[in-house]
Amino acid sequence: MSDLNAQAKEKYHNNFLKEVAANVEEGDWVKMCMQCGVCSGSCPFGPHWAHPPQEIFMMIRAGKREEVLTSDSMWMCTSCYNCIVRCPRKLPITHIMHGLANYAHRLGLAPKNQPTRQFAKLFWNNIVKTGRVNELKLSLGLYFKDGLASGIKTGMAMKNVGLGLMKAKRLNPMEILGGHGCKDIKGIQAMVKKAQEIEAKRKGFTAA
Amino acid sequence: MTEVVATNQTILVVGGGISGMTAALEAAECGKDVVLLEKNPALGGRVSQLYRYFPKLCHPTCGLEINLRRLKGSRRIRTLTMAEVTSISGQKGDYTVNVKIKPRFVNENCTACGECAKAVTAEVPDAFNYNLGKVKAAYIPSAMAYPQRYVLDPSIMGTPEADKAKAACKYGAVDLDMKEETIQIKAGAVVWATGWQPYDAAKIQPYGYDRFSNVITSVEFERLADPHGPTGGKILRPGDGKEAKNVAFIQCAGSRDENHLRHCSRICCMASLKQTNYVTEKFGDDGKSTIYYIDIRAIDRFEDFYQKVQANPNVKFVKSKVAKIVQDEKSGNPVLHGVDTEGYNRYATEHDLVVLAVGMAPSVPAGMIPTEIVADSSGFIQLDEANGGLFGAGCATNALDVNRAVQSATASALRAIQVVNQVARAEA
Repeated sequence: MSDLNAQAKEKYHNNFLKEVAANVEEGDWVKMCMQCGVCSGSCPFGPHWAHPPQEIFMMIRAGKREEVLTSDSMWMCTSCYNCIVRCPRKLPITHIMHGLANYAHRLGLAPKNQPTRQFAKLFWNNIVKTGRVNELKLSLGLYFKDGLASGIKTGMAMKNVGLGLMKAKRLNPMEILGGHGCKDIKGIQAMVKKAQEIEAKRKGFTAA
Repeated sequence: MTEVVATNQTILVVGGGISGMTAALEAAECGKDVVLLEKNPALGGRVSQLYRYFPKLCHPTCGLEINLRRLKGSRRIRTLTMAEVTSISGQKGDYTVNVKIKPRFVNENCTACGECAKAVTAEVPDAFNYNLGKVKAAYIPSAMAYPQRYVLDPSIMGTPEADKAKAACKYGAVDLDMKEETIQIKAGAVVWATGWQPYDAAKIQPYGYDRFSNVITSVEFERLADPHGPTGGKILRPGDGKEAKNVAFIQCAGSRDENHLRHCSRICCMASLKQTNYVTEKFGDDGKSTIYYIDIRAIDRFEDFYQKVQANPNVKFVKSKVAKIVQDEKSGNPVLHGVDTEGYNRYATEHDLVVLAVGMAPSVPAGMIPTEIVADSSGFIQLDEANGGLFGAGCATNALDVNRAVQSATASALRAIQVVNQVARAEA
């Protein structure tokens, strides 16, 4: 358990709803849920997750902190926005799910091998380096996330797609050496740093 | 030209449903002159279209009959049907109201013998039965219509059908030369009792009211259960005429929803609980009802009614707002999808018929009333000094059951009486 997690538990002693309202993006909406179930029923991924949104919201109110933050449910959201469109109380459900995922990640409680989370991390680390996504490195990173053997296997399976992209000049193998960035890499990095500072200040985090 | 005697001591009541009739009668029985306007060809409004009232399950004909008798006995009420207000000017104690009167094509000689309907072959949608069936283009709106007078549908004017109706009438009651007219009425106070309309269920896209024939609204279900309705009181589903023995009721269809109606329509829980009685009444133990709800709000003192329905083994309650309906291609049965709140179980349940407990929207939302008026965010009229001598009554002011609509109408009548009393004192 990270220090951040211990601090949060101490601060919001037994009131997870307040903790969510204070720290999770759009989290103060959770108390507005009237448990009608339209979000859960409307979710195209519904049958595939452990806890649909309606249940997650009730678990938050019931103070089931560990169960919520270690759940993989909010990582399954594909941002189709069906729930937001249909919610009779206009809760920004998609945003809350992403907010919960982000909060669980910051606290170090998010499930380690959740593929969405792994991809999100890869993507973020990739894009902040040069201000542009290096697609070659991103896909290779994804192939080799579970080790060398499975990486080679996936790579071989995708060989024809890669060659096709190269032929169509959509993929430059030289990108592996670092690739092209935006004009003002330092400027981008400074902006990201500042944004992170502001966010941390607002949410009371020490910069992660 | 329609002659109306009205002064600034007259009370104008707009809307001839249960609220408008009540307001008009209360004022007239206190000795005030009243002009009562109704948009439709007959009085009675939505109440006349019900099969039974809750909580006593008596027939609306009973309550309406009493009011109609009072109305017939009152010399102080001038009733105008097929009349709509087009403008209101002036102020408290001195209003001038323009009223548009549509032609009925049948005058007061009519004895309601029905010969014109026999002669005419053309048919039009039956508005009284929410267009579930058709009526002849010469029709009487309902069995207990007041006035008991036929109407010719304007669509047959200028066709041989209209001439057939005229030829069939022995009393010279069919008048094909009637024209739309606009009259001016003076009034000291106006009671606005235009009532409610069912929320347009087609707007609730996932329920497919406009796509699936076996998804109907609660008001339509009332007509199916009524012996005077299009099915003669048999609960037959519109899709294939099969008996609907397994009926689902979906609560809050439009109500309590920021995307549709913001307010709770109050009556729908009681209406669905009442309608489960129809299913049991028609089919006995073979009739099954399932109510899908967010929470049951058995308004006022009707919790005992709810408990009685709960005790019925043929009625099931599922705590869940249904997320979507799809139609089984083969059987035409609606299949309801959702997740219930008691256990978060995913369900896909098939029923014969789905009844959407649609919410109450004002018939004439405040923005459509031809004068400035203070209203809430749903378009219901509020009681406010700024409204001067204009008072809302019944469901024009809120989502109300019959009982409260009548109370509200009596209150409005009293307010209107105070205004015309002031006028009378000033002129004495």
